[in-house]
Amino acid sequence: MNKKARRTAVALVTGAVSIGVLLTGCTPSSGDNASQEAVTQDDIDTAMTTPTKLTFWTWVPDIENEVKLFEEKYPDIDVTVENVGQGLPHYQKLRSAIEAGEGAPDVTQIEYQYIPSFVLNDSLLDLTPYGADDLSGDYVDWAWNQVSPDDPVWAIPQDVGPMGNLYREDILASAGITEAPATWDDYAAAAKTVKDSTGSYISNLGATQAGQMIGFFWQAGVKPFAYDGKETVSVNVNSDEAKKVATYWTELIQQDLISTDVDFADQWYQGLASGKYAGWLTAAWGPIFLQGTAEGTTGLWRAAPLPQWNAGDNVSGNWGGSSDAVLASSENKIAAYELAKFINNDEESAMRLATEQFLFPPQVSVLEDPAFVDQESAFYGGQKVNSLFADISQTVDTDFQWLPYMDYVYSTYEDTIGTVITDKGDIAAALDTWQDQLVSYAEDQGFTVE
Amino acid sequence: MSHSPALTDERPASIQLPKRRTSPAKRKQRLAAYLFLLPFFVVFLTMLVVPLVYSLYLSLFESKLIGGEVFAGLANYARALTDSAFLGSLGRVGLFFIIQVPIMLGLALFLALALDSTRARGSKAVRLLIFTPYAVPAVVATLMWGYLYGEDFGPIAQVARAVGLGTPEFLSAQNILGSMMNIVTWEFVGYNMIIMYAALRSIPAELYEAAEIDGAGQFRLAWSIKIPAIRPAIMLTVIFSIIGSFQLFAEPSLLNAIAPAAISNSFTPNYYGYNIAFINQELNYAAAIAFLLGLVIAIVSYFVQLAGERRERVGAADRETQP
Repeated sequence: MNKKARRTAVALVTGAVSIGVLLTGCTPSSGDNASQEAVTQDDIDTAMTTPTKLTFWTWVPDIENEVKLFEEKYPDIDVTVENVGQGLPHYQKLRSAIEAGEGAPDVTQIEYQYIPSFVLNDSLLDLTPYGADDLSGDYVDWAWNQVSPDDPVWAIPQDVGPMGNLYREDILASAGITEAPATWDDYAAAAKTVKDSTGSYISNLGATQAGQMIGFFWQAGVKPFAYDGKETVSVNVNSDEAKKVATYWTELIQQDLISTDVDFADQWYQGLASGKYAGWLTAAWGPIFLQGTAEGTTGLWRAAPLPQWNAGDNVSGNWGGSSDAVLASSENKIAAYELAKFINNDEESAMRLATEQFLFPPQVSVLEDPAFVDQESAFYGGQKVNSLFADISQTVDTDFQWLPYMDYVYSTYEDTIGTVITDKGDIAAALDTWQDQLVSYAEDQGFTVE
Repeated sequence: MSHSPALTDERPASIQLPKRRTSPAKRKQRLAAYLFLLPFFVVFLTMLVVPLVYSLYLSLFESKLIGGEVFAGLANYARALTDSAFLGSLGRVGLFFIIQVPIMLGLALFLALALDSTRARGSKAVRLLIFTPYAVPAVVATLMWGYLYGEDFGPIAQVARAVGLGTPEFLSAQNILGSMMNIVTWEFVGYNMIIMYAALRSIPAELYEAAEIDGAGQFRLAWSIKIPAIRPAIMLTVIFSIIGSFQLFAEPSLLNAIAPAAISNSFTPNYYGYNIAFINQELNYAAAIAFLLGLVIAIVSYFVQLAGERRERVGAADRETQP
């Protein structure tokens, strides 16, 4: 096992070195978040005509196209796009760079739920003095609240994932179900019919997919997390409403009406393509994703809103989506803000993000643009899927918040809820364990828990 | 059976070095030797000793998201010793070591002996074949096995279903450790075999001749001559395996992608340390965990070696008393 020993030795050493690098800059740069004079148009003009180099960390594929539009408009600004990894690796590198005091980008992609963890150590620039306030009306309310829960604006929304129901019309029809279930009760009944008559599961609940479950919480009006932007958090993952959702899924799982395969893994991809699952409760980025995954089932899928808890309601939650933030350490704050704004606010750039990269837009203008909403999708039998999700986007609860330590929240979800889902256990009971862990972590880390 | 010096692992007594006399030429030579060693020491110091000391230093502090860093003395160590997740992970790799290592080394020894015995045909090709998995990076190996283990579409499961055995759950929480043992065995059996095989090749042929004259068969030959003769090599593979088992990281970290519910964040000590550092953002605690793990490995290695030496001494004494 020498190779492994050596490898781990190397890993340990490099680990120790990087820890060293991390800690050398352990006094966080005291960001410029103090209230600041508004930037004038003159300042902006000067900044945008001064030769400047910007670094932009993002994992959006082909975002170079939109950046090129920016560089054409501002020839003096030179933007370097770097992809340092998607999700967790991205944030780990970002944190390391911030703590090291050098190497951090000017602009970074950041998912909504991670914004508080960077607000916590003053790493993000408050964009209000740069005019970000004026943009609030350009975005759907709940998306704007994600980047600006209070007065400061921490980022510009890039894309969102309001949740809906993608389902196999053919499988449901062969079970005698001709319309997408309107309520969760209908959904449970349909699950039984579908399973009995076709053998397919009505959908799959990703065993360790916290994002999906939190999205269901969001729809049910659960407010599991809150953070005041300073030192106070509140954790409520085991509230009665949350347990109602948990019990619902527990029952379906225990009756073997819902599969619990790990999502975004081989088996799951195969299951989507092969009809093992007759549906997928997913977000607005799901339709295009599914199209690439289950090509052989073109024309068989349809999209509908999520089933509702109360008949006649029309509410949804969100799962995923990103924003672009400016780091407080940036030396070219104005130019950096203009880049973050341009990518997500310029008419052409935003439109291209929506129609070429298929990021589901939070911009009202794009959501109303016929070029976007009137697209008919052959994969969904010619349905106007964008239009459907644009409508759903109006129904997402507006004040959902996150904790400033979501990495830990997700990783403990795997160990507490994920294992219980896999073992077909009681999810509601596991919520208590999860709650305890989240609270004790917060206390250990010095937060005041309300 | 005659007692031969080759049966003990003592180095042959080297020729007595002449008394040191530092002539200018000698001194120059010695300086040159140190100069040649210098690059090693520079790398050794900057890449190993300094980070090690630094992480020891780190492990004595406590940092919080709110409130920053404060000196904590041995608090991190005290916390680790009562941390059921850490102790559980140590128990898991301990179990891994106790079960997997004997199987892997037994298999490696058997293969080495088989290849060494003159009876095996095509031994070169077989040797290469058994060694090949070692050349496959652990990352690739784990991904590959992850596919093979797959429940719905993995070939093993498909065959098992076809012959009516039902679907084996390789990736369930109960079985994942065993599945991991299988991967690691597959990866490293060839490597250990090569070490033992090389040691076997260096046994003087006269011993075999003598044994054959005494009427020893192949099994007797293997048991009484070959295995005792390569005991140092076997000990070496045992020590490597201790380090390897206790430091398991790549396998759990990669299997976590396909079986996240079966692999907890504290599945192995190294994986736990990694998660503490990069998910929980508790670098200081992770440093303490890393140090404790190093300590555990040192202690286990020491005792295993001690036990090996004692057995050898006893064995040697037995042989001495034989007529």
